[in-house]
Amino acid sequence: MDVYAVDLDRVRVLVVGDSGVGKSSLVHLCCHGTVLANPSWTIGAAVDVRIHEYMEGTPQQKAYFVEFFDVGGKQAHSNSRSVFYHTVHGIVLVHDLTNRKSNSNLSKWMEEVTLTGSRLCTGVITGTGDGLQSRVPVLVVGTKLDQLDANRRTAVLNGDSEIAEEFGAEELLLDCTAAASLAPGSGNAVKLSRFYDRVLHHRYHRHSPVARNNPTAVPGPRRNSPTRRKVVKHSLWEINS
Amino acid sequence: MTFFIDSFIMTTTMVFFFAFGWIFFMRYLFKDYEVHQYSVQIIFAITFSLSCTMFELIIFEILGVLQSSSRYFHWKLDLYIMLFLLICALPAYTFYFVANTLPRMPDSKRVRTSFSVVAWLVYMYFFRKLGDPFPILSARHGVLTIEQGISRIGIIGVTIMAVLSGFGAVNYPYTSMFCFMKPVTDSDISSMEKRLMQTLDIILSKKKRIALALSRNSDASIKSSNKLWGVLQGIKSSFTSYSRENIAQFESEIKANEELSRQLFLEVLDLNSRKERIQYSRTYKGKYFNCLGYFFSVYCMYKICMCTINILLNRVGQTDPVTRSIDICIRYLGFTFDVKFWSQHISFALVGIIVITSIRGLLITLTKFFYAISSSKSSNVIVLVLAQIMGMYFVSCVLLLRMNMPPDYRIIVTEVLGDLEFRFYHQWFDKIFLVSSLSSIAFLYVAHIQKPDN
Repeated sequence: MDVYAVDLDRVRVLVVGDSGVGKSSLVHLCCHGTVLANPSWTIGAAVDVRIHEYMEGTPQQKAYFVEFFDVGGKQAHSNSRSVFYHTVHGIVLVHDLTNRKSNSNLSKWMEEVTLTGSRLCTGVITGTGDGLQSRVPVLVVGTKLDQLDANRRTAVLNGDSEIAEEFGAEELLLDCTAAASLAPGSGNAVKLSRFYDRVLHHRYHRHSPVARNNPTAVPGPRRNSPTRRKVVKHSLWEINS
Repeated sequence: MTFFIDSFIMTTTMVFFFAFGWIFFMRYLFKDYEVHQYSVQIIFAITFSLSCTMFELIIFEILGVLQSSSRYFHWKLDLYIMLFLLICALPAYTFYFVANTLPRMPDSKRVRTSFSVVAWLVYMYFFRKLGDPFPILSARHGVLTIEQGISRIGIIGVTIMAVLSGFGAVNYPYTSMFCFMKPVTDSDISSMEKRLMQTLDIILSKKKRIALALSRNSDASIKSSNKLWGVLQGIKSSFTSYSRENIAQFESEIKANEELSRQLFLEVLDLNSRKERIQYSRTYKGKYFNCLGYFFSVYCMYKICMCTINILLNRVGQTDPVTRSIDICIRYLGFTFDVKFWSQHISFALVGIIVITSIRGLLITLTKFFYAISSSKSSNVIVLVLAQIMGMYFVSCVLLLRMNMPPDYRIIVTEVLGDLEFRFYHQWFDKIFLVSSLSSIAFLYVAHIQKPDN
């Protein structure tokens, strides 16, 4: 562990979702562990950073910077957002649990990021046509859990998310106004830490000898459901790897 | 018997307009929000349906459809329900939802209802006071008549109409005509984007240093329990640690950088929008709207001059455009035709066009406004305010429409709306239109000058 180094290696995680779902609060909670006091509309993108220990507790432990790009979600700004999608190593899709439409809009967000990404050749997408199979690790987060009424809350906590299954992602459900949601050791914090590990593994350690010899040692993405098997085009991706 | 048939026809059309308002609400306004309170959607659709029914009754008046007595009955009914909505129901309901969003409001229903009742009484007081400085009523009327309500609603509605028309008349030529569009190249956009990303990188590097310093400090405090180790670490870290003042200084620098990044993003947004407009202007549709823009600018100048003359000479045009154009045709151009027949059809066409363009224009403006300022918390309040504006706008539209119809057809409007000072409303419209268009010209001029020249 080398915290005294001036510069650690970094990965970039994009946080997208409709306007007002709580992306800025989420990023602040992830990076600082405290609740954001006065959230206001994000214009453009807000950036924040966190130090994450990859493979903590093992001999391969290493510290990295995880950079969060919290992109403002207003419709009117959609023509200028593509500049933030240039280098993306992980995607966090945020939706509001009290507003079902923000969940259904997530596929549009995924399309926006991956289509721009493939046009700019960053290796984000390798699926063809309408199969938006992103190779980059994805995490789905549902916010404002505390504002749901009891029936809806039990339904949401026990159900599976379609979007999460479609992208092979895990889903987090939390309340960004409670600092305890991401307390170290809680279920959400563990899932989040697993996501960071997947992002770092995908960026730096995919071809490492550890991964090849011991595939179970590193966390992998969940299997997609068999009905969504699409032909994967490797050409775009191979150029950049 | 015919009364029942007429009522059935009217109810069918009302239901049809209600469905249209419902679908508009769902598909356009609340496109990105889940509807939790269906009552808001219902009230919006009812307001829209009643307004469209009023216009429909005017058109029926011109065409002579339905019996005159049933038309009159439906007018009265429509107006009473509309007044009740605009004066009582909508404001009270708006205040109820405002009570929900206020930060320190306790969560009980009784508190919220009493807050909304009190707020509504204050609103009614100011609403009553609104009529005092204006010479809109003759002294004969009592307190709770239809004229009292309509006159005050008319003032607010006519003001909104004049402001929107004034701004629209100036803004439309500005956005659609080529000569106002400054050229934008791709290199401009990419250089601005590069500056934006550089600023974000600067912010990131500063935040990384703060994060490193904080983790270092917390590590040092964990390890300081062992005295010798603590002394050694203290010596090592004293050369590289950041004190609290440094961190605070970094944080204020970061705030300035974040503000800069927001400004740069808005510049990029502006450049991209201008580029899109220029690309649009190269298409056929764009060229067509460019020509329209020229006509509109001429019309706008004409309207501003007419308003100034009207105000200076304190006159209101007495004859409507239909009768005047028929007069001109007969007297100067020598055409002879059946006056009554043509006057009816031309008024129908004119009124129909005015009605459809005002409804469409208002709905588009409301949608744009809603997208710009709404959030998931305030969406209900904003929709109710917009429904109220819509109702007042359409009532004043009917008021001013009276001017565009020949005297035969004005009767029902005069009869139903009562003894209002119609002259006053036209003069008021002229004044506010003049103020609004001149200030829009000044505002657009300043904004145009301030854009950086590339």
